[in-house]
Amino acid sequence: MTVTLKLFASLGVHLPPGAREHAVQVEIPQGTSIGELLDRFGVPPEQRHLVLRNGVFVSPAGRAEPLHAGDSVAVWPPVAGG
Amino acid sequence: MGWQRRILRVNLTEGTCNPEPLNMDWARQYLGQRGLATKYFVEEVDPTVDPLSPDNKLIFATGPLTGTAASTAGRYSVITKGALTGAIACSNSGGYFGAELKNAGWDMIVFEGRAPEPVYLLIEDEEARLLPAGDLWGRSVWETHERIQHDHQDPMLKIAAIGQAGENGVLFACIVNDLHRAAGRSGVGAVMGSKRLKAVAVRGTQGVSVADPRRFLQVTMEKKRILAENAVTGQGLPTYGTQVLMNVVNEIGALPTRNAREVQFEGAPRISGEAMREPRPTDGKPNLITNQACFGCTIACGRVSRIDKTHYVVRNKPQYWKASGGLEYENAWAMGADTGIDDLEAMTYANFICNEQGMDPISFGATLAAAMELYESGAIGKEETGGIDLRFGNAEALTTLVEQTARGEGFGRDLGLGSRRLCEKYGRPELSMTVKGQEFPAYDPRGIQGMGLTYATSNRGACHLRSYTVASEVLGIPEKTDPLVPDGKPALVKAFQDATAVVDSSGLCLFTTFAWSLDDIQPQIDAACEGDWSLENLLAVGERIWNLERQFNLRAGFTGADDRLPERLVSEPARQGPAKGLTNQLDKMLPEYYALRGWDENGVPTAETLQRLGL
Ligand code: SF4
Repeated sequence: MTVTLKLFASLGVHLPPGAREHAVQVEIPQGTSIGELLDRFGVPPEQRHLVLRNGVFVSPAGRAEPLHAGDSVAVWPPVAGG
Repeated sequence: MGWQRRILRVNLTEGTCNPEPLNMDWARQYLGQRGLATKYFVEEVDPTVDPLSPDNKLIFATGPLTGTAASTAGRYSVITKGALTGAIACSNSGGYFGAELKNAGWDMIVFEGRAPEPVYLLIEDEEARLLPAGDLWGRSVWETHERIQHDHQDPMLKIAAIGQAGENGVLFACIVNDLHRAAGRSGVGAVMGSKRLKAVAVRGTQGVSVADPRRFLQVTMEKKRILAENAVTGQGLPTYGTQVLMNVVNEIGALPTRNAREVQFEGAPRISGEAMREPRPTDGKPNLITNQACFGCTIACGRVSRIDKTHYVVRNKPQYWKASGGLEYENAWAMGADTGIDDLEAMTYANFICNEQGMDPISFGATLAAAMELYESGAIGKEETGGIDLRFGNAEALTTLVEQTARGEGFGRDLGLGSRRLCEKYGRPELSMTVKGQEFPAYDPRGIQGMGLTYATSNRGACHLRSYTVASEVLGIPEKTDPLVPDGKPALVKAFQDATAVVDSSGLCLFTTFAWSLDDIQPQIDAACEGDWSLENLLAVGERIWNLERQFNLRAGFTGADDRLPERLVSEPARQGPAKGLTNQLDKMLPEYYALRGWDENGVPTAETLQRLGL
């Protein structure tokens, strides 16, 4: 199934070639979790600070849940602004 | 110590400058800067005063930590009755000016009256005098800065000035210091212009002493380490600045877009902090040159940008080819997502003009967005706009109108009224995204519920910096709360409001609170200032300041009925993203907030509350 992976700020370096505007479509096996998806792209676990699935925050515990086709996962290291 | 215990009173009508001792009883109750200057202001000014009349006063105030060795301790605030809002105004700025004023031996300057002819104030330590500014009037902030330094042959002079916007009565004019740091909101620059005060130039060499130097040095070193080791203040803010939020807030569906008709902007990635660092296709160089720090700051979140020389807007204007203050998140949102514009270079140019001519880019961008909706809905046409095709997304309209607004020309005269007066003038008041007359900033309260209560209850009109619950609701600082539910938000907003009032009264930058709590700030204040500065006392100070500001507004004619949001936010559900189908639930939060504050159902502090706070 296909999901969208978006990696922002310093995590952008982990995006594969072909990514546009920080996003890339990726094929993953059924049952893949957010944690497994991020492992596959080498996103360091300690950098997975703000993790959103379809725009909604996913707590560290929830990152083991399986993704659904069409989901969008967006990740940032610790950031803030004002 | 911490305080210099001296204020300068400048009567512009009479042309006099007189020192006075600082009222230390008030300092013990209100700390400094925002709190203490508000106390002076409410004691001295009739709350019903016309903000642009000589009877309004304008206070430049430092905090007890301003100019000390604490990290970020270079802040000052400008306190007055806001030209845009008619409410208490307090606009905070960084750079170097505040620390210089404190080093010259002054805690505050109180300006009264109106000069018969344009003047500027020159302070060299204890010497203060008013000088004619006839040849500076009509000039930009940048020219004024250069001229004053040149005339006095002193490149070390720190200068805060108004540009053409403040002179022309643009109601959201700001005061710019150090070329691109601003006391930005509520029209404090218009008040300064109405007093015919062009600039304040300061040179200070006296130093700032603290009560317990050894303890102060030790504790400030220890706290600087926390800032350096924290991932946000040590890496995130210096690298990406506040602009890193563009994609975050867009993804969570709380980015007010096209005058808040929508909550997500398809162009967000192209105007984000990440985009500012990427090489441009045109010249292969990034928009962002480097980051920059204010006085004594170990975070350095400031942006320095350079516009692409080949871009249409500066192709024939080499004076804008040099590096200058770049886009912060709020500015990029207001002149980008809110206007539907995704041209980073045009936005950077508009940002330069806001700095050069002294205008608040949040209010300017949001007013332009309202004008665009007026145009698209047919309430105004090319006749009003002077032939400009004012549809959303038109970058040339932005770059033309930013100049016209500062100069008070063409349709810029209408924009200079701010969004509320503009929309009222053209019969569509509901299109103004304002609270108490001030344009709300870059967070849509349908997607971040706490920000709805924040805007509605902010004493200076809609503002994110009075209780930045985004930290908790979106970023998880100090702990994550759900942005889509109103539950628990009244207590969160109150806690943030009171703590922020303390930070704003200390001389420190609010951005430290991404890493520091009041537990980290309290020992720094305690080591610098004599007296009881326990955490408990500081929290009482914060709450006292909030209620003092509230009382001023009530006496100025505001009521609980003004604690409301633009109708759109409470009746038009978000059209996309996680908040799709939701409106802001202010009605649920406001009564609970009043109760927590010890206010009656009309939002008036009860006698018991006032007594408890010593008001
Ligand atoms: S954190 Fe940013 S705004 Fe605050 S003092 Fe430092 S550079 Fe200035």
